[in-house]
Amino acid sequence: METTKLPPTSPSSPTTSFSVPSAEKVDGFPRRSMRRARQRRSHSSSQFRYQSSQVELTPLPLLKDAPVAELHDLFCKKLQQCCVLFDFLDCVADLKGKEIKRAALNELVESVATSRGVLIEPLYPEAIKMISVNIFRTLPPSENPEFDPEEDEPTLEASWPHLQLVYEFFLRFLESPDFQPSMAKRYVDQKFVLQLLELFDSEDPREREYLKTILHRVYGKLLGLRAYIRKQINNIFLRFIYETEHFNGVAELLEILGSIINGFALPLKAEHKQFLVRVLIPLHTAKSLSIFHAQLAYCVVQFMEKDATVTEYIIRGLLKYWPKTCTQKEVMFLGEIEEILDVIEPSQFIRVQEPLFKQIAACISSPHFQVAERALYFWNNEYILSLIEENCQVILPLVFATLYRVSKEHWNQTIVSLIYNVLKTFMEMNSKLFDDLTASYKVEKQKELKRDRERADLWRGLEEHQDRRMQMLTEAARNQRNLQERGERGDPPTPSSPQTSISDHNEPKPSGASSSSSGGGEGTT
Amino acid sequence: MAGADGDDSLYPIAVLIDELRNEDVQLRLNSIKKLSTIALALGVERTRTELLPFLTDTIYDEDEVLLALAEQLGNFTMLVGGPEYVHCLLPPLESLATVEETVVRDKAVESLRKISQEHSPVDLEVHFEPLVKRLASGDWFTSRTSACGLFSVCYPRVSSTVKAEIRQHFRTLCSDDTPMVRRAAASKLGEFAKVLELDYVKSDIISLFTALASDEQDSVRLLAVEACVSIATLLPQEDLESLVMPTLRQAAEDKSWRVRYMVADKFSELQKAVGPEITKNDLVPAFQNLLKDCEAEVRAAAANKVKEFCENLPEENREQIIMTHILPCVKELVSDTNQHVKSALASVIMGLSTILGKDNTIEHLLPLFLAQLKDECPEVRLNIISNLDCVNEVIGIRQLSQSLLPAIVELAEDAKWRVRLAIIEYMPLLAGQLGVEFFDEKLNTLCMAWLIDHVYAIREAATCNLMKLVEKFGAEWAQNTIVPKVLGMANDPNYLHRMTTLFCINALSEACGQDITTKQMLPVVLKMSNDQVANVRFNVAKSLQKIGPVLDSNALQTEVKPVLEKLATDTDMDVKYFAQEAISGTRFTLASLHISTKSDLPF
Repeated sequence: METTKLPPTSPSSPTTSFSVPSAEKVDGFPRRSMRRARQRRSHSSSQFRYQSSQVELTPLPLLKDAPVAELHDLFCKKLQQCCVLFDFLDCVADLKGKEIKRAALNELVESVATSRGVLIEPLYPEAIKMISVNIFRTLPPSENPEFDPEEDEPTLEASWPHLQLVYEFFLRFLESPDFQPSMAKRYVDQKFVLQLLELFDSEDPREREYLKTILHRVYGKLLGLRAYIRKQINNIFLRFIYETEHFNGVAELLEILGSIINGFALPLKAEHKQFLVRVLIPLHTAKSLSIFHAQLAYCVVQFMEKDATVTEYIIRGLLKYWPKTCTQKEVMFLGEIEEILDVIEPSQFIRVQEPLFKQIAACISSPHFQVAERALYFWNNEYILSLIEENCQVILPLVFATLYRVSKEHWNQTIVSLIYNVLKTFMEMNSKLFDDLTASYKVEKQKELKRDRERADLWRGLEEHQDRRMQMLTEAARNQRNLQERGERGDPPTPSSPQTSISDHNEPKPSGASSSSSGGGEGTT
Repeated sequence: MAGADGDDSLYPIAVLIDELRNEDVQLRLNSIKKLSTIALALGVERTRTELLPFLTDTIYDEDEVLLALAEQLGNFTMLVGGPEYVHCLLPPLESLATVEETVVRDKAVESLRKISQEHSPVDLEVHFEPLVKRLASGDWFTSRTSACGLFSVCYPRVSSTVKAEIRQHFRTLCSDDTPMVRRAAASKLGEFAKVLELDYVKSDIISLFTALASDEQDSVRLLAVEACVSIATLLPQEDLESLVMPTLRQAAEDKSWRVRYMVADKFSELQKAVGPEITKNDLVPAFQNLLKDCEAEVRAAAANKVKEFCENLPEENREQIIMTHILPCVKELVSDTNQHVKSALASVIMGLSTILGKDNTIEHLLPLFLAQLKDECPEVRLNIISNLDCVNEVIGIRQLSQSLLPAIVELAEDAKWRVRLAIIEYMPLLAGQLGVEFFDEKLNTLCMAWLIDHVYAIREAATCNLMKLVEKFGAEWAQNTIVPKVLGMANDPNYLHRMTTLFCINALSEACGQDITTKQMLPVVLKMSNDQVANVRFNVAKSLQKIGPVLDSNALQTEVKPVLEKLATDTDMDVKYFAQEAISGTRFTLASLHISTKSDLPF
């Protein structure tokens, strides 16, 4: 592996031992420089791992020259030949063999794509075997443990020159007019699909792109696998959300799901609604949301367009998972809300407007101007504006105090002028309500302060009470102990002393001594 | 206790519940965190009859609130009236154990495990075990996942019929449809095995273990490796070969690197669990394979275990096994292509010298140490240097010093300040082992050079390093080698270097003692009070306060005080502030001077 050498120091810098090399001026953390070194070898392959003895390949006759009677036999031999794997990390190893396999794969691809009548039943198991041997492998560990798909270059699959052709062959195989699902389903089974889905974690975007198209075709042609595929995608997502937060192919899987959702029959099955509520909505919590947010929002909107009654689940779900600290995600959420509001039914809007506009008000008062700005843009959307107007009586009181306060306080002039416009719009919508709210603003503020004071009083009272209570309990415990000691000293022990039994019971408790003794007291009341 | 309940009327439950319902999440969270206060105000009975039903009914909230709630309820036993009522806490915790968010669920399970111990055996069967069963047969994977963590806490204390049911439930979950549940079950397999009767371990657990270890998903298989340790510990030696080893062998050669990594990572535990005989026959070759694995991750994990593995080999043929089987692999790893592998090895390789003794170390290990000291990756070199003490005990450090020096010098000048920082931290250790002569000759210049490093963290560490060196080599050494150089920097044109002088004086005064401080350091500090840079001047004030306790009272009164008083009238605000701080601080020393001179000045 390459050294972690930094760029050479500038010639002008003195060479005395304690001088500062110019490279050091941009001193970073060791991790990053290691990463830089790693990126240079951005190829990785775990394919060529478990093949013990390497077979020497000999070129076979060309498919196009083969007599019809021998065509299938030759096709089959070529498939078998392509089951041999090569070491691509060593780029000079067995160049001849690699070339023979590449040529054979090319021929197979072309043959499946162009000639009819090639795909006969005996070839199915051979073809699927060749595909499985080549593509199914444990993906290598990421070269870069903190791989950030937005910033870092992905590690590319080294064996891609062959792998691509295998994927191409698989795709042409599935798309061939001769393709018979009834024959294929014996070989493209659940186990096959599960392994195919695991490959979506590949860091190589080219591979994921092929997988996406292929899985889509499989889903389209092999009806018996559909439910299974959906279930396994669910599992991948749930693991991603709740266990690892790492899976490279989320965007691709969501893209497939987008078109699957599009084809759902109405009314929606419980399974599909569950998928929406328990998988798609929680996906919004992921740290890497930005990578697949577009596809995710598309899926969500697809659901709404299918069945408007899921709107409330969606909005309440998004509000539940609303980002607390990440403003970048907050902007994405607001974008998605706008997409949703664009197609929302007015009857559904009424059901969610209250919690929704409380959140929007909170966004408007965000000190991050992009968040505030994104929220205020809602008022530029004709359809949303019409919804707001229809429900002005409800919405204006929800947002008024925020708008009023932020218009006076926000540091960013763009925000202030946007708010001014929004306030003007509201004034025009319902001037009476607007005036009433302006008039009562101060009173409301006062009330709020009073409530805060009352709360503080309440808690102070509660805490004093707690202290008194604890004191009492400790005293009770002490008295009890004294009583017991006295009993041990002189009097015969009382046979049915509840205190003794309870405090015995408490003894092995791990919690602090004071709580266990106080507990003993309480138990006797 | 009668009087206490009288207060309850002051706090109607409605008001308290309003607090728990507040619109502001933060306020709601605060209220939940003080749930015990509310419960205490309500008294045990109303907590049971009013508060808990409310909590059970309204579990749809922010995960953060739920997390706080799940935690609180684990400590609620006394607040509901003690162990005889503890089962009242089960309904809300049961709901919490089914929510989606993992942290909440885990916390709920933790609390359930805690309060299970407070149940009487009867309550455990009447209330707790049915809850476990309900969770284990829940519709959504979350409740089944939670159930996995609860079997082992109730199993030991229930009747044999119920035990049979529990085993059945656990079996079912081990072959659950969703990998999430199988993972949860696999991760609790070892824990569950520990509470089972040995016969059931052999009949039930082994088959579950074998099945999980050959699961279609590697994330499940790798968890079985962890369970392997506990299971192997439980079984008698004669059963290990037939019941555990086939699975373990298979895991060590699994096609997924994650599983192999796990085996490498748990290797020492596995070694202890299976005993010396199996280690010799099976684990040694397995370990060799892991050290030669095609994935760097696996090799690094195995390299980390080299020392521990060798240490735990059966004594009678330990040396022979290491020399013929392990050392050849280790030699290859020294020139591995992956720096993480090399650095993992470098962190343990020195430990082998104590095991192999002087002759082997010189003949076989020393070349490896030397090679690693020249490695291109600074982390590898650092790891070797940081473990020098192991070799020092066996062959003495002199053997290495020839190669050590260039390595140290290179690290000392590394472009990355974190590398420089790391080597500085080993300086006192190196100085101790190499001795004062070698140090003066070779390393002293480096230590002084760090004082003018352009990164503050390095200068700060260098200052601290000097102090440790003086503690090691004594005040006289300091006076001859360090102090003149440090004081010389007081005239440096760069104000940062002048400040370094002050920082060094702060650090060194105590170790150097009253004499050196008063006679050599103090004049320099006082002179610097006229520095044109305000930062230097206020650091003079700080230094004077700092070295005050070391000075004698005469110097304090006649020399320090006037200077501080002058600084207190400085034009710069900060200088004034720190001068005043120092005056009030030093006045304290003046008052207590009698005591300090009498009792604890060692010089």
